[in-house]
Amino acid sequence: MPKLTINGTEVTVDAGKTVLQACEQIGIEIPRFCYHDRLQIAGNCRMCLVEMEKSPKPIASCAMPVNEGMVIRTNTAKVKKARNGVMEFLLINHPLDCPICDQGGECDLQDQAMAYGLDRSRYTEHKRAVPDKDLGPLVETHMTRCIHCTRCIRFATDIAGVEELGTMGRGEHMEIGTYVEKALTSELSGNMIDLCPVGALNSKPYAYTARTWELVRTETIDVHDALGSNINVNARGREVMRVLPRLNEDINEEWISDKTRFAYDGLRRGRLDQPYVRKNGKLAPATWKEALSATAGAITGAGGGSIAAIAGDLACVESMTALKDLFDQLGSPHRDCRQDGAQLDPSVRAGYLFNTTIAGIEESDVCLLIGTNPRWEAALVNARLRKRYLRGGFRVFSIGPRLDLTFPVETLGAGPETLEAIAAGGHPFVETLSAAKRPMMILGQGALARADGSAILAAAWRIAVTCRLVRDGWNGFNVLHIAAARVGGLDIGFVPGKGGLDVSGMLDGASSGKTQVVYLLGADEIDVRRLGSAFVIYQGHHGDAGANRADVILPGAAYTEKSALYVNTEGRVQQTKRVVFPPGEAREDWSIVRALSEAIGARLPYDNLAELRQRIERAHPHLAERGVAPGAPWSSFGHEGRMDQAPFRSPIDDFYMTNAICRASETMAACSALYVGSTAGKTGTHG
Amino acid sequence: MSALVNVVRSMFLTELLSGMALTFRYMFRERKTLNYPHEKGSLSPRFRGEHALRRYPNGEERCIACKLCEAVCPALAITIESEPRDDGSRRTTRYDIDMTKCIYCGLCQEACPVDAIVEGPNFEFATETREELYYDKNKLLANGDRWEAEIAANLAADAKYR
Repeated sequence: MPKLTINGTEVTVDAGKTVLQACEQIGIEIPRFCYHDRLQIAGNCRMCLVEMEKSPKPIASCAMPVNEGMVIRTNTAKVKKARNGVMEFLLINHPLDCPICDQGGECDLQDQAMAYGLDRSRYTEHKRAVPDKDLGPLVETHMTRCIHCTRCIRFATDIAGVEELGTMGRGEHMEIGTYVEKALTSELSGNMIDLCPVGALNSKPYAYTARTWELVRTETIDVHDALGSNINVNARGREVMRVLPRLNEDINEEWISDKTRFAYDGLRRGRLDQPYVRKNGKLAPATWKEALSATAGAITGAGGGSIAAIAGDLACVESMTALKDLFDQLGSPHRDCRQDGAQLDPSVRAGYLFNTTIAGIEESDVCLLIGTNPRWEAALVNARLRKRYLRGGFRVFSIGPRLDLTFPVETLGAGPETLEAIAAGGHPFVETLSAAKRPMMILGQGALARADGSAILAAAWRIAVTCRLVRDGWNGFNVLHIAAARVGGLDIGFVPGKGGLDVSGMLDGASSGKTQVVYLLGADEIDVRRLGSAFVIYQGHHGDAGANRADVILPGAAYTEKSALYVNTEGRVQQTKRVVFPPGEAREDWSIVRALSEAIGARLPYDNLAELRQRIERAHPHLAERGVAPGAPWSSFGHEGRMDQAPFRSPIDDFYMTNAICRASETMAACSALYVGSTAGKTGTHG
Repeated sequence: MSALVNVVRSMFLTELLSGMALTFRYMFRERKTLNYPHEKGSLSPRFRGEHALRRYPNGEERCIACKLCEAVCPALAITIESEPRDDGSRRTTRYDIDMTKCIYCGLCQEACPVDAIVEGPNFEFATETREELYYDKNKLLANGDRWEAEIAANLAADAKYR
């Protein structure tokens, strides 16, 4: 632990830290452009110059490791002069177009020019101009503004794992670009916009629509995947203008996926803003009273045994609890939150959680992926795996389709036969897994959402036990969910009760006429054609597949419009906050169910959100604690059975089109067409 | 003695006569009043009257939707919405000033980096309804076109003091 003196204060820091980090430790702020906590050190902007005793020149503090007995000064006239000089050089070629720059108001260069810049320019020669690059539909470039800090390059190379950005030319002619003009093929490309200290990389969908100072910021969480990334939603008036990441070391660090960041324009389009009732085969606008009485009539007419409820991927814990309570009162056991048919065992919590936790990935040394493509199912889990891979001593194996996960993956096989061989102990991989200090396994929905899912879960359990994935202080068994609602639904028991039907049973029942009423709580990913002639009630926020088939539509609130609980794939309970109000007549989801219960005559015993939360926390004490993933006791789960030999495949065919909000988003549609659709990857020479 | 003088003064109405003499003298002095609608007083180049949005000589609107005027407006009278125009430049789709809220402080023209929003020399824009005082972008641009010569002359006259 070297000890050094900074501005006369003695400070002891860990060996290997830099002078800049040592200064931060005692609260001295050093200006910087190229240095970033989570990126490799480049040392090329020179803004962090400080004075060091016995050094003839100022040193770049971000790149200088601490040494015993260093004497550093950060507040001398020499340091100020050096930084002023660097700032003047940076501003030589930087255009003075702050009024039209989207970074204006949150720009590092603007802020630091206030401290270190001259009030007028001494430079009278021509300024350099650089042609803008086309980096796809998400990232807009203004390359003339670039100060060559190379943060974007380091992010793409290290964290996103796509070596697509680089520098070309030297000195005055240096440019950042992709060499051959192409769109960035990363699910994390939006983070470069946050990293860019100037306005060179901006958000294309947000371009010129708002200024930072007119946005109202609300800290909430994301529901586009099952991670519950912490986000900061910026709204102006009634509109969500953009989504930014929020620091949470346990989940998303300070990154978010492009879907989380850019799907917000889906919140404005295709919304259900008033109730509808189907009359003469056509959906007609109705009042809440009409819609609720039509719903209540259908439900009471059908009776407990022939009504069923399916919860979708974006449903919150509150609305599912209310709907479950209502169905309990009506005497219907038919309810399910696993609309993809995943054969998860709701009785053992450890059997459906990501037990290692996302941060725990960094401690593991061998990882087995089973039927999952983390890059699309949970882009930030993939980023953690890559982070762990870059540190070395980490091997990733996969059973499933061959994947490009941005780090090497050894494919062991394509389907259940390999899994069976490992579970039986005859596979050479068993030795690797058993010998590992911290082995982990990630079981994807691609392996579970099939008829033999329960047998696959049992085989995975056997591997976890025989290869000692669960040991003291370590649980290497993980299920990676893709829906924000799933763990919450399983936790509160939104699964078939005694003698209840699961999703495919309900759909079969609806086709055959046995199930007369189906209540879809935002469920759009089911096969709506199999609903037959059943009376369909759709409660949700978008006019997607479920609403098109519905007989009654009850307009609900999206995740930015309600305060609601979600449980992420690790079992971490988090709460969204209301950013804007739901559009038109739409209401918060739990209150719709509560109003319906009154119309039916089976009044639910809570009148406000606080009472409902108390009811949830009484019944499920582990949901009372927010923001932590306490894990769950290990036990046995899954049912041994015959496995189908069909290979595993990821349930996500299109990263950009996974839920109703994404499907309504123009930005996501453009991405999908570019990266996934029929034209993806084609160049001008492809016909 | 003084009582006698007072009697003489009040008997001959001297105060009345001196007052009338003053009135009579003013008939030969230069007139200070104006025949207002037909005659107008002089205005400073810095006079802050009705707002206008200016254009460049080639007809391109100056406003770049930076929203600094909106941010600085102490009366919150300005509302701006913007988006990229077809040619990719930053432009307003909406520029409203609620003239009933405006306090004519001139901070908007101080904040404007491109001299787009200005308070021109016009002060005669009284209306019969409040609605007519909710100015939109078209009204402001029309004001600019109408007053450009005067505004440009005022800005040129004041430029050396800025």
